[in-house]
Amino acid sequence: MHGLINRAVQSFVCATYGYSCWLRVTEAAELGFVEFEAMLVYDDDMTQRVLDYLCADLRRPRSEILEDLGTYLVSHPNMEGLRRLLRFGGVTYVEFLHSLDDLSDRARLAVSDLHLPALELVEVSPAEYQLFCHPGLAGYSSVMVGILRAMADDYGALVMLSHADQEQEVDVISVVLIESAFAEGRQFELGGRKS
Amino acid sequence: MMGTDDLAALLETLCPMFVLVGADGQISRVGPTLQKLRPDQSMAGRQFPDVFELVRPRDVISLSSLLASAGAKLHLKLRETPRTALKGLIAPLPDGKGAVINLSFGISILDAVRDYALTSADFSGTDLAIELLYLVEAKSAAMEASRSLNLRLQGAMLAAEEQAVTDMLTGLKNRRAMDGTIGQLITGHLPFALMHLDLDFFKSVNDQFGHAAGDYVLQQAARIMVEETRNGDTVARIGGDEFVIIFPGLSDEDILSAIATRLIDRLQAPILFEGNTCRISASIGIALSSQLKPPTAAEILNAADLALYEAKRTGRSRHCLYSVVAGRQNGNAEHGVASQL
Repeated sequence: MHGLINRAVQSFVCATYGYSCWLRVTEAAELGFVEFEAMLVYDDDMTQRVLDYLCADLRRPRSEILEDLGTYLVSHPNMEGLRRLLRFGGVTYVEFLHSLDDLSDRARLAVSDLHLPALELVEVSPAEYQLFCHPGLAGYSSVMVGILRAMADDYGALVMLSHADQEQEVDVISVVLIESAFAEGRQFELGGRKS
Repeated sequence: MMGTDDLAALLETLCPMFVLVGADGQISRVGPTLQKLRPDQSMAGRQFPDVFELVRPRDVISLSSLLASAGAKLHLKLRETPRTALKGLIAPLPDGKGAVINLSFGISILDAVRDYALTSADFSGTDLAIELLYLVEAKSAAMEASRSLNLRLQGAMLAAEEQAVTDMLTGLKNRRAMDGTIGQLITGHLPFALMHLDLDFFKSVNDQFGHAAGDYVLQQAARIMVEETRNGDTVARIGGDEFVIIFPGLSDEDILSAIATRLIDRLQAPILFEGNTCRISASIGIALSSQLKPPTAAEILNAADLALYEAKRTGRSRHCLYSVVAGRQNGNAEHGVASQL
């Protein structure tokens, strides 16, 4: 598993549940270290153990925790850089949804050995979409639900999200757009990059 | 032929940074994004050279000569600050009715989006500007992560080197390890002997046959020293061709002399490296911890050093005991330097 993903989990746990929680989890998972390096690649098994022990420690189901991770990736000030990268996807929430088809390619363009599962958006109607999350990364669709929810807030859109169903290992997320300009949304300037 | 309005409408959709100029060089229309760069002053109605400075090609003055460079890349700058650099391409309109000049930011895009607060809507759908901006940010973030990893690895490497006790080339202990061993023996009040061994003629091997030969000779010399000492002895390389051997519990100068003799004998044997015969030898100074009161690491090393110097001075390929040097200093020259030649 790419270090960036492990690092995201670490950052999420430390910011949300505290460093002591992270220490307990890494010790229980017998990693042999405490800090993941963003630019190294680790055994997939390590990530699974960390998530298993995190669920046990928090006594919460994995899908819930991963959804919170997705929300964290967009909404926490630590992750401003990532939010900005996602906002490059489009001017409106719907444009952003359409840009998800390119997300794995965009990720690979930035970090060549970061392989994210393919996403495919299907427009059911202008107010209803289905996002197909292809296999390759267990729990990815749960993280995506959190990301989609937080990005809706970011754009000021009001949406209803649900894990619709699963078709042959492909997770389907249903996105119902209730109002595209429900709230102000957060600012995004192309030149607003911190330098 | 379509009218100016139709043409301008078409251009606004396709290239929002166009300039439409008449045959007299006057700007008739500009794209909305271009106008956004000078929000307080309409570009339309002004002379093209009054708004834009042509950086390249240099020798072009009039619109007609500019039209002659149709298809070539133009480099321009806005006349007033911020003097944003622009790239351009000129295409003449039919019947000598002027020209369309399409502009873009080129590499100045990063500053431009900040200076003019441009948004995605300011670029045409086919423009790669947004992708470029995305890539710059994504790559910067990835680079930052790599850089911080490099810094940490460098720190870890320095720390590891700091803690290393082995000489990489020979596999012997290094000076730090030697200091540690001497310190432990002194603290534990354990008597020991210390040999300071210096290879003779090593430099000429390096000069004659190169560093690879020199390295090989050092490795062979190290092997000999390990073979001629006991498991509990410490053999350390403390400089280029300088070695220290520590013998815990040994204080018999006859035995030490015999070991020194054997070491020099073996080190004098020719060493073959890639068809060349390398010849070295060694000089050795020997001191006992019991000869110094109180024994300190610096004093014992210094004593062995004095003996080594004496061995060198009297003709190399010899060993010398500190007791002899010290004895002669005290006017008691009962021993000479043991010769091995």
